[in-house]
Amino acid sequence: MKNEELIDIIKSYDGPKLRIMEVCGTHTHEIFRLGIRQVLPDNIELISGPGCPVCVTPVAFIDEAIMLALEKGCTVCTFGDLIRVPGSEMSLAGARAQGGKIDIVYSPMDAESYAAAHRDEQVVFLSVGFETTTPASCIAVSMAEKDGIDNFSLLTANKTMPKAYEMLKDYVDVYLYPGHVNAIMGNSECIELAKRGVSGVVSGFTANEILSALAAAVIKVREGKPFFVNAYPRVVTDEGSPAAKSIMNKYMEAYDCEWRGLGIIPGSGRRLKDEYAAYDARKKYALPKISGKVNKACRCGEVLQGLIKPSDCPCFGTACVPTHPVGACMVSGEGACSAYYQYGGEL
Amino acid sequence: MNIENLGKTVTLAHGAGGRQTSELIDSVFKAHFTNPYFTADDAAVLEAPKGRIAMTTDGFIVSPQFFPGGNIGKLSICGTVNDLACMGAEPLYLSCAFVIEEGFPMDKLEEIASAMELTAKEAGVKIVSGDTKVAGRGQVDGVFITTTGVGRILEGVNTSGALAKPGDVVIVSGDVGRHGCTIMLQREDFGIEADVTSDCAPLWNTVKAMLEVSKDIHVIRDATRGGVGTVLYEITGQSNVGIHIKATDIPVDPKVKGVCGMLGLEPLYLACEGRLVIIAPESESEKILGVLRSMPYSGNAAVIGRVTEDHPGRVIMETEIGSETILSQPGGELLPRIC
Repeated sequence: MKNEELIDIIKSYDGPKLRIMEVCGTHTHEIFRLGIRQVLPDNIELISGPGCPVCVTPVAFIDEAIMLALEKGCTVCTFGDLIRVPGSEMSLAGARAQGGKIDIVYSPMDAESYAAAHRDEQVVFLSVGFETTTPASCIAVSMAEKDGIDNFSLLTANKTMPKAYEMLKDYVDVYLYPGHVNAIMGNSECIELAKRGVSGVVSGFTANEILSALAAAVIKVREGKPFFVNAYPRVVTDEGSPAAKSIMNKYMEAYDCEWRGLGIIPGSGRRLKDEYAAYDARKKYALPKISGKVNKACRCGEVLQGLIKPSDCPCFGTACVPTHPVGACMVSGEGACSAYYQYGGEL
Repeated sequence: MNIENLGKTVTLAHGAGGRQTSELIDSVFKAHFTNPYFTADDAAVLEAPKGRIAMTTDGFIVSPQFFPGGNIGKLSICGTVNDLACMGAEPLYLSCAFVIEEGFPMDKLEEIASAMELTAKEAGVKIVSGDTKVAGRGQVDGVFITTTGVGRILEGVNTSGALAKPGDVVIVSGDVGRHGCTIMLQREDFGIEADVTSDCAPLWNTVKAMLEVSKDIHVIRDATRGGVGTVLYEITGQSNVGIHIKATDIPVDPKVKGVCGMLGLEPLYLACEGRLVIIAPESESEKILGVLRSMPYSGNAAVIGRVTEDHPGRVIMETEIGSETILSQPGGELLPRIC
């Protein structure tokens, strides 16, 4: 269907206030870039949820990474976005300025290759991310296992989405599910969620795909019962990727995991199983339990739950800007605060 | 003397000012840059042109030094020639200063000098003076080049970023972001293979042809570092106007679009080295486009937007779904998105 026809369907919504939460950083970014909010009627609100891995990474994780770099002498390999996320005392960029060896990589496998080429260094990869990036971390561990690389490990903060969907369901009428997560996991979890009253539509990432998903939500909401729609069939199948799921299940297990701003969500984390403890940096370097100090002025937690808009936070645009972020949501280009800031809120 | 006798690599002796320095200058630089003004004296003695002159300088430190579509030598001529061209100035004379890392391959230096010769010839500019320094290993990355240029501003031409007027049209002379994309793919280990070539080109002939059909051009800028997006924002500030552009009208090579999509980058913010942003009254637009499309480096020139009184200091983008958003300004580093 053409964009104009989809916009007409969305505009025709005449029911009660409809809150749609996108939980993927790429969706947040694209919705701003394309100006999708401007074509919505007043009774449809788009909320940016906790789907950017940088934004939900807790302060304590940054503190652990800094401890590995500065006190344990490890080479810390990380995705670029994490470098500027504030920890309790400093960011990884600050640790690098103090002499910590912190390298940006584009994949966990790159970190493993680096470890293989630098056997005199202890290399730790900061393994953040959802179902889309977790399989790559597992592949890196399997490569290290196969190559006999014993100077490589993961500091895990991997997470899965379904428990977060359930936790936030009271604030949301319909989820815009991230297409690439469903591409890996398939649709069974979302179908189950619909049975428990949580509605959602899987969406792709082009203008037409996002508008299609929103139009599908508007049509299904009128039917008055919980629903699941796959509006991204080009990529998402019910089965997902068996290979990716199988490698995750081989190396990782679920545990109760902290999300920045949301607290502990039972069973939402993924960490290496005990039998792979040699690749688990927390165990390998006997890291103590750290409870990070959060900047109290920052209201990222409420932003991530969709309770307030970024511009409602007192730090937004003053103390907290992309070049000097107070909260994680201002760091990554996909964070809700960063997107609000970049696109100047509303025109 | 030919370059075989110089040795395979540049050594500190080549920069010490003695015999080896003379040999290097004679067989590499003089051999390529030869013209009556390029002498062994301490300074070039030049004819002063009539009227106003424009002068500009630029340092080049691109890594890698060789990339699809050009090398640092070609770039160092294009950059300075294009800066002059944007002021409506015919490039006349250039100087160039080399800082070369000890151990730099002599044949690569020769290749750079040869590219400079060809590009300068195409732009009609003479390299009249130069300097060569050799720095120890690790003190520079390969070779750094600084060029300075002087040009004669054509009569009746007055361009500046401060002269954009509401109602003017905004033209780009070709598809955007190719140089930045090419260098990024060469430099970063993204594991992405794409056949993208730099747009690096000398644009004086393009500008000259344009000025021959219309002197009524308010702004000409070359969109180098920071890309077209940054240039547009600079113009909104200098002229205290808004600029309204239409996403679907911006020419972007499909391969560049694909790479940007994967890495989460906006092509409007990737560097170009052979692209102009032109702002002119609407009445001139057809003439200008006609000329641009007939020239070698601007075949897909297009009107991408308009200068407005509204939203001063802002660039507003009409998106592919017809909404209007602020074109977001980039925040420092180019980082790929991770999910």
